[in-house]
Amino acid sequence: MLRRIAFPLVGVLVILGLLYVGLGIDSRALPSPLVGKPAPAFQLESFYDPEEIVTEADFIGEVALVNVWASWCSSCRSEKPYLMELARQGVTIHGFNYRDTRADARRYLSAEMNPYDKIAFDPNGEAGMEWGVYATPETYVLDAGGTIRYKHIGPLTPRIIREEVLPLIEKLEAENR
Amino acid sequence: MTGKALQAYLHDRLHAPGYRTLVLAGLFLAAVVLASPVAALPMGKPVDFETQEQEAQYQKLVRELRCTVCQSETIHESNAALAGDMRRRVYEMTAAGASEQEIIDFLVQRYGDYVRYRPAFQANTVLLWTSPFLILFAGGMVWLQVVRQRQRLVLRQELSAEERAALEQFRRGE
Repeated sequence: MLRRIAFPLVGVLVILGLLYVGLGIDSRALPSPLVGKPAPAFQLESFYDPEEIVTEADFIGEVALVNVWASWCSSCRSEKPYLMELARQGVTIHGFNYRDTRADARRYLSAEMNPYDKIAFDPNGEAGMEWGVYATPETYVLDAGGTIRYKHIGPLTPRIIREEVLPLIEKLEAENR
Repeated sequence: MTGKALQAYLHDRLHAPGYRTLVLAGLFLAAVVLASPVAALPMGKPVDFETQEQEAQYQKLVRELRCTVCQSETIHESNAALAGDMRRRVYEMTAAGASEQEIIDFLVQRYGDYVRYRPAFQANTVLLWTSPFLILFAGGMVWLQVVRQRQRLVLRQELSAEERAALEQFRRGE
């Protein structure tokens, strides 16, 4: 009698347990295979000057953020103040201007509100494919040697910056010294 | 011809009556032709290949790669900009002679295993691929057990003393 109840009971509990775990899994969280790999190669016009060529080498040299943004992207707008704050604190931020036009992007970056150091202009998403970009905004952390150490898909929030980005930058800069 | 010379040439031409429509049509056509390899490949746009194998490979791959922003669509079905880029990349690589595996590897390196609609058989997908067979096997074992038990019941013709006593109790309505 006990076995008759125990067997299905255990089965049901196992299935319930799996379903419960499944509820907590974020199906949108996609680990990037690029974390731990060197920054992918690209060659694009500089956003500021069409004559100038920007490559991955321009992003490498110190611990830096690489932010993928576009003027049509409203969540980029929402994270921009945080990028400004990071830039004010002395964090180097490079950017990919993704699927955008220079005119629109210039309006988006009015002179006193530009957190970016170097910006590569990527209107056709070519470097975007090399860097495995899903959608703007995305933020990478590069170490001084040019290895991707972190990637965040979606807008940065104060919590993410405080708990993930800043500690990582500090750690990487300590490694550097 | 340099950009300035071309501009001057076009300016002269455009202002000569009669040529205008022709030149404009020509420019439009040139824009379409020139734009196609750079811009993302629009949905359902016919693609040209030199060989039938390349065409077949392209058609197969666009149905096996996931549009990573839209998640439940292949890049063949999806209207997203990223899917257009991926179609273009698959097209270019196929036309350049890359094999199916090379193209899949290229995208997996950048976007992870998730771009594959048909997951590869590897360490972290063993359970995914084998679970239907494992469940079938477990179900088969249960079924076999039940059948055997029933066979034993049928084979046994005599009731035990205990069962006879129980039956007698029921009969008397106790």
